[in-house]
Amino acid sequence: MREEPLVRWDWIGRNWPSIQSLLEDHVVMSLVPIVVGLLVALPLGLACVRWRGIYQPTMSLMNVTYSLPSLAVFVMLIPVTGLATRATVIVPLVFYSLAVLIPAVVDGLGSVPDHVRQSAVAMGFTPLRRLLLVELPIAVPVVLAGLRVAAVSSISLVSVGALVGRGGLGYLFIDGWQRQFYTPIIVGVVLVVLLAAIADALLVLAQRLLTPWSRARGTA
Amino acid sequence: MITFDEVTKRYADGTVAVDRLTLEAPTGEITVFVGPSGCGKTTSLRMINRMIDPSEGRVLLDGVDVTTIDPPTLRRGIGYVIQQAGLFPHRKIVDNVATVPYLLGWDKKKARDRAMELLERVGLDLKLAGRYPFQLSGGQQQRVGVARALAADPPVLLMDEPFSAVDPVVRTSLQEELLRLQAELNKTIVFVTHDIDEAVKLGDRVAVLRVGGHLAQLDDPATLLSRPADDFVREFLGRDRGIRRLSFVSGHEVGLRADLTVPVSTETAGLRDTAEPWLAVLDEDGRPLGWARTDDLPASGTLAGVPLAPYGTFDRGRDSLRAALDATLLSPSGCAIAVDDAGRAEGVVTREALSEALDRVAGGAHA
Ligand SMILES: Nc1ncnc2c1ncn2[C@@H]1O[C@H](COP(=O)(O)OP(=O)(O)OP(=O)(O)O)[C@@H](O)[C@H]1O
Ligand SMILES: [Mg+2]
Repeated sequence: MREEPLVRWDWIGRNWPSIQSLLEDHVVMSLVPIVVGLLVALPLGLACVRWRGIYQPTMSLMNVTYSLPSLAVFVMLIPVTGLATRATVIVPLVFYSLAVLIPAVVDGLGSVPDHVRQSAVAMGFTPLRRLLLVELPIAVPVVLAGLRVAAVSSISLVSVGALVGRGGLGYLFIDGWQRQFYTPIIVGVVLVVLLAAIADALLVLAQRLLTPWSRARGTA
Repeated sequence: MITFDEVTKRYADGTVAVDRLTLEAPTGEITVFVGPSGCGKTTSLRMINRMIDPSEGRVLLDGVDVTTIDPPTLRRGIGYVIQQAGLFPHRKIVDNVATVPYLLGWDKKKARDRAMELLERVGLDLKLAGRYPFQLSGGQQQRVGVARALAADPPVLLMDEPFSAVDPVVRTSLQEELLRLQAELNKTIVFVTHDIDEAVKLGDRVAVLRVGGHLAQLDDPATLLSRPADDFVREFLGRDRGIRRLSFVSGHEVGLRADLTVPVSTETAGLRDTAEPWLAVLDEDGRPLGWARTDDLPASGTLAGVPLAPYGTFDRGRDSLRAALDATLLSPSGCAIAVDDAGRAEGVVTREALSEALDRVAGGAHA
């Protein structure tokens, strides 16, 4: 056994179907929180901009949530959402992504220069049209920057779910650890990193396509 | 016509930005609001398109109280240009210009055609139409701002220090462009600036405001410069008031001497004995080439080989005495060459002729 190679390719070959389904699980559990997070962060962010007073309390709440260890939260949720269910992992991750995305929406709207807003008013935009046609489009680069952070951290946090029985590729870490067998761990790490890199690249691409007009912020 | 009727604006913190302002901005004219920082120029301007509503008094647009008009509707009929242009960074230039037509529900093609027409009108290269605002210089952005304000052909144009952020050369060309456009379009323009030179250059009427939003004086520029209402206005007009007044005296006020110009083909021999130290040398078409010093002329040959000193010109039909004075300062001869529209010399303005004209003008108005 001393001569055991670091990566046993035959193991990967034999287990490929289950690796694949873990990968799918991982993608779903990391993607859903980002999408749901974005859909929730938009109205909440708008509300925070509209009523400045609620921004600080909202953010304090979000930051407290963010500081809770993810494992503890997963465990606490088990009685509600069940052991080894996707929901147990997805729900906390929605909150984590909100903690990043709400400020991104608020900062994005804050990045609209005052003179641009003023001139939109002066040209006769109604408040709703101004929001949809001027302010939100200009907020896109900042929101996308937040989305990149949320996506990468969501992808890596899903793995922790393995400790409560549902962690996508994270299962491979536990499996490898328990058996003192490195191949699954390495496969897991490589796939998680690859997933994060692809998600990030897609978001960068989206930014290039959506905001050809943003130059300095383009790479932020 | 825009009418301010006893308009007062008191902000929530108690600041009185505008105090019982009463004035009229006549249709088809440029009315300039000028005054030191914080005197309430922007506040006054924004009460016209209801970005700010008055605390007391009324602002009327052709007799209608603006507060009875729904703000978006009112604003789509009033062009607005600001210092930083305020272009939408995420829209191409052509779409920026077409903003108000889009809001008014024009179809896309018609709105874009109109935008292109306006870009041309404000002197922009149509190649820029497909660019984004960050790809334009400050001066170009400002022209786009003007084009955008004019897109739906509003009868009224409000301009808040539109040219303050660009360098002096660009500013001058933008000012001239505005005057040229205004000659074609005859809009009712209210123009805010803190630069008195700009005010007297552009305004048909100039309203000088003092801090606290009081109207100190409202007059046409020449009257303002020659008869300031009080010490505040006099001080605000500054020390250069006399020089500025020259801007309003036509170049025709000054007499010309035709005997100081000579064609370049003239033989030098006959010129060496003249009493005049300098002669203006003209080409075959009568355009100035420069000044020849008579003491230095060679004994034979024509003027063609003679070294010439630089010269300044002014157009008697278009320019003021200020340009004439400036032109005399550019020549070592101390004289300016008066030219016609085609650039041909009509004669020479000497310092004596200039000071005679100045005496006459100064006698006409006591400051
Ligand atoms: N929203 C506001 N709340 C309270 N005070 C204000 C507000 N806006 C302007 N003011 C005050 O009202 C006065 C007039 O301001 P305004 O912006 O009209 O001046 P301005 O003549 O345009 O000055 P500038 O040349 O600096 O642009 C100033 O004292 C200013 O501080
Ligand atoms: Mg101002």
